[in-house]
Amino acid sequence: MGGRDLAQIVAGSAAPKTVPALLARNAAQFGSKAAYREKEFGIWQSWTWAETAAEIEAIAIGLLALGAEKGDHIAVIGRNRPALYWSMVAAMKIGAVPVPLYQDAVAEEMAYVLDHSGARFAICGDQEQVDKVIEVQETVHQIEHILYLDARGLRKYDHTKMHALADVKAEGRAAHDRFEKELAAREASLKYDDTCVMLYTSGTTGKPKGVVLSNQNVIETAKNSSEFDDLRPSDEILAYLPMAWVGDFIFSIGQAFWTGFCVNCPESADTMMTDLREIGPTYYFAPPRVFETQLTNVMIRMEDSGRFKKRMFDKYMAHAKRVGPDILDGKPVSAGDKLKYWIGDKLIYGPLKNTLGFSRVRVGYTAGEAIGPEIFDFYRSLGINLKQLYGQTEATVFITAQPDGQVRADTVGVPSPGVEIKIHDNGEIFYRSPGTFVEYYKNPESTADTKDPEGWVATGDAGFFEEGTGHLRIIDRAKDVGQMADGSLFAPKYVENKLKFYPDILETVVFGNGRNRCTAFINIDLTAVGNWAERNNIAYASYQELAGHPRVLDTIQSHVETVNASVAEDPMLSGCQIHRFLILHKELDADDGEMTRTRKVRRKIIEEKFSDLIGALYDGSDDIYTETEVTYEDGRKGKITATLQIRDAAVTVDTAHTRVAAE
Amino acid sequence: MNQMKVEPYVTADGRTIGDVMMEMRNITLRFGGVVAIKDISFDIREGEIRAIIGPNGAGKSSMLNVISGFYHPQEGEVWYHGKRRPSMRPYQVARQGIARTFQNIALFDGMSVLDNIMTGRLNHMTSSFLDQAIWWGKAQREEVNHRAKAEEIIDFLEIQAIRKTPVGRLPYGLKKRVELARALVAEPKLLLLDEPMAGMNVEEKEDMSRFILDVNDEYGTTIALIEHDMGVVMDLSDRVVVMDYGKKIGDGTPDEVRTNQEVIDAYLGVSHD
Repeated sequence: MGGRDLAQIVAGSAAPKTVPALLARNAAQFGSKAAYREKEFGIWQSWTWAETAAEIEAIAIGLLALGAEKGDHIAVIGRNRPALYWSMVAAMKIGAVPVPLYQDAVAEEMAYVLDHSGARFAICGDQEQVDKVIEVQETVHQIEHILYLDARGLRKYDHTKMHALADVKAEGRAAHDRFEKELAAREASLKYDDTCVMLYTSGTTGKPKGVVLSNQNVIETAKNSSEFDDLRPSDEILAYLPMAWVGDFIFSIGQAFWTGFCVNCPESADTMMTDLREIGPTYYFAPPRVFETQLTNVMIRMEDSGRFKKRMFDKYMAHAKRVGPDILDGKPVSAGDKLKYWIGDKLIYGPLKNTLGFSRVRVGYTAGEAIGPEIFDFYRSLGINLKQLYGQTEATVFITAQPDGQVRADTVGVPSPGVEIKIHDNGEIFYRSPGTFVEYYKNPESTADTKDPEGWVATGDAGFFEEGTGHLRIIDRAKDVGQMADGSLFAPKYVENKLKFYPDILETVVFGNGRNRCTAFINIDLTAVGNWAERNNIAYASYQELAGHPRVLDTIQSHVETVNASVAEDPMLSGCQIHRFLILHKELDADDGEMTRTRKVRRKIIEEKFSDLIGALYDGSDDIYTETEVTYEDGRKGKITATLQIRDAAVTVDTAHTRVAAE
Repeated sequence: MNQMKVEPYVTADGRTIGDVMMEMRNITLRFGGVVAIKDISFDIREGEIRAIIGPNGAGKSSMLNVISGFYHPQEGEVWYHGKRRPSMRPYQVARQGIARTFQNIALFDGMSVLDNIMTGRLNHMTSSFLDQAIWWGKAQREEVNHRAKAEEIIDFLEIQAIRKTPVGRLPYGLKKRVELARALVAEPKLLLLDEPMAGMNVEEKEDMSRFILDVNDEYGTTIALIEHDMGVVMDLSDRVVVMDYGKKIGDGTPDEVRTNQEVIDAYLGVSHD
């Protein structure tokens, strides 16, 4: 592998050591090739690499004219738009550090990051972001200039310290001669290990941390990952994920600048699906949720289609499911099956992929959380090369990724090029790579906690390498992984994810840490189960009544037993099979403190609050009466009472596990 | 003398509003024996947002129809840009730079959003029927320009995602927005909005309010609107005319109107303290 065009270029000169140097190379090498596109006013506007370089230079000089210093932090806030990407590179060019922020953050959240980064400049997409920065300015005083892209609604604002980006650019062009030398000097002074960008973590545990990435981090990672997937200058991506997220930075700037491919920005958040289809990206990334939603939409529309179409769809999708992934992986498939798949491609898969915007996808990735095997296989069976990767901001994304031809739903692949991985005794994954971050900004304690002097970084995730294939499998957050009474591994999230892949199950909490066997609470999904009840003429008056219906319990029991069988296949984790379960009489809710606002279960609180129910799961009783306090949306409190049935689920006895237990 | 001398006033956000754009002088409108509007005079000035409010049946929509040239008052005069406006057909009024939206949405359900909006450019089309039929030269250039204007408005009102959707499939709030787009694309000097927020939920109302303010701000369009939601009216408008039973009972800034006893009694409900 390895881009042929790229090899020639690199051979011609020393490989550029900064992003602005890559820009100069691209402007010279692919000057007339499209670098960025954006749909605006109903038309895809595009900029070549030469034009992009000119735009970036104009912004850079404009920033110089406004007094931006080397080492300044420049916040960039807005949806994915070429001008904002250019602003980031312009900041790098003048020796400043771009800090992209999440555009949906509220003003208070933004205040912390703007204050912590010490940004003197904020470049905003539109009025909404400008308003937030102005609000933040009341408490954070070091922000001197606000620049904005979309002037709409900003006419009446005080413009003494506020500038339209278009004006800054115009000023940059006008002042070209005056600042040319200064700009060249600043650019020349940039070094390989200078800071390239600072990205804030989402801060699920405590305050967000500013992850400092050097030019080396970004460029080596971009190089390695581009070669790993054979990315080419002719590739196209759609930039629609938050600019503040490390993945978008690496795809839309790192790899785009390294490889020279084209970054396409959608017209608006609402038109993303249409734009995806119009562009037909060849390299595509989406979190599992996006794939899930698209699949659901397809299925709902197929249910509504005519009988003939529906039957044809079912028949060929069944065939695709059987042979599609093998064909994609290049495994041997009989000629008859190949022919049938070819016909299916003409009739079903091709048009479907076209509708989804995936006709041209050569490399697709999903990451962030576990993806349901069903969903994963659906896309792969259509011939879409969807793969998984595992990464984090501190690693400049890539820790592991799946090579072509070795793709499975339950692993995250092999270590990416240049990445070393070791696994601690407690199962925690550590890595060391060229992408390993420099430091957390102004936070040496956290840096020392996360990264040891030899450069090993703790991921906080527990996992193991699969024997034979060498693929990494993530089982849980390391702090949630425990041990059962017999010493075998307890990984609740691993089992919970498997259960949650069933549309009927919305949420689940698995118990078993320090105990001799596992049990579970289950929340049904009211929409899915309600639909099922309607189709089966089951009447119910409330969530509680539906949750307690014997036939619902039967269905859930069968899901639990299937999951048990699948968990048992894994000798290390077979102790995590669920022996007994109950369906909760209420949905776990953030208002009641049972979940975080981002819908992650809070185990401690649930264990305390429902200790009576956990007791019943372990004392062998068939049902239990309980009273639970609930908080309504308006803050009032109430109480619900229920008698919950407890079911036993069949478990698969595994010889390997008994052996471990006997030790 | 064709223009009344007026005192300029300063709006809440600091703009100075001076020149009179349209003046209604002693308008009386009757339908048979029913007097819908009785001897009303007021003016609409360049660049302001002017609201007409009043209880049901107060004659607000009739007033708007007089402005748009749909009704011809039996008595009184309409002055526009310093000239007395003779009795006109609505299309002639439209050509003078006045566009409107309707209380009951009046779009073409079977046509796409884009096509609906393009109909708003009708007054700006100059190429002949034959030119357009063969779509050559001028007609083609003209359509490109009209489309560019339509796209500008689509972007402005953030309806890119429904550009090609047939209007009949859209929810009510979006239809209202498409109607506003069609009025805006005509590049009006005076925009008449007949209950732009009727039947909307809070979020849709907030969106629409923002768009109305942005239209006024961005294009400098003078806006006259009828609205029931008092909160919206008081926040949006620079000046308010209050009508009751066909008569004008108040006229002034939102604050002035709010404290006018006659208005409180008639429309906002009798104050109990």
